[in-house]
Amino acid sequence: MPEFSALEVGQVVAEGEFPITRDSLVRYAGASGDFNPIHYRDDVAKQVGLPGVLAHGMLTMGIAIQPVLSWLEGSGEVVDYSVRFTKPVVVPAKGEAVVSVVATVAAKDEENSRVRVDLTTTFEGNTVLGKAQAWVKF
Amino acid sequence: MVNPDIQGKRYPRTRPYIVGLEKLREFSAATFGNTADGFVVPPTFPIAIQEHSLSLVIADPEAGLDFSRVVHGEQRFIYERQLVPGDELTSELEVASVKSLGGNHMVTFNTEIFDKQDNLVCTAISTLVVRGEDA
Repeated sequence: MPEFSALEVGQVVAEGEFPITRDSLVRYAGASGDFNPIHYRDDVAKQVGLPGVLAHGMLTMGIAIQPVLSWLEGSGEVVDYSVRFTKPVVVPAKGEAVVSVVATVAAKDEENSRVRVDLTTTFEGNTVLGKAQAWVKF
Repeated sequence: MVNPDIQGKRYPRTRPYIVGLEKLREFSAATFGNTADGFVVPPTFPIAIQEHSLSLVIADPEAGLDFSRVVHGEQRFIYERQLVPGDELTSELEVASVKSLGGNHMVTFNTEIFDKQDNLVCTAISTLVVRGEDA
């Protein structure tokens, strides 16, 4: 379980790899209520000019915070979480799209006992979330 | 694309949404999270509440928001406290800004989420990019 006093800026605190399949997209659509067909129908995705069926941006945002939650084990709380959606994650009909996340301490606010953790989130070598930042309060 | 005059417009408070434990577990599983006892409420779950407010904008003829041309640009959640199962939440959306950028519109919505005691629980800030006809 992490301790606030021991954290240092630049420290990698958590990592994870998440294989997204079409099954994941259907599951997320049901859980979130976002049934936009570009997230499960190839014909609709093609029709609106997309490179293929895309993962919901909000699914990627939800996944990117998971390594942080596992690392915290309840010792801290996410109090602010923001991302920019910079590139889509294309999910093939067969197989998987693997999203990788590296969580690094980027700033430390001693006064308020919080740290900013930056989430480097990539798919096929490209960053898919820009400015993905979570403030964690201990 | 979207009517710039809706900048500053506030939409009515949504009907109460009751946060269910199994819904949270389902959402957590769907975002590759933990579902065991004592699991953490998924930080992005308030998107489901924001959705109720956003549907008011989509249904508003004055807004003229063509949802088929919308791409999610940015999202932020500022939490006053963690959600808990049983929370009875309502939300209120304000159109913070409408900007034109290279033939597209960028619309930012601030959605405040309140509990039954009317205390602010979370602010969800969403920027949507509405692609222009030629984009």
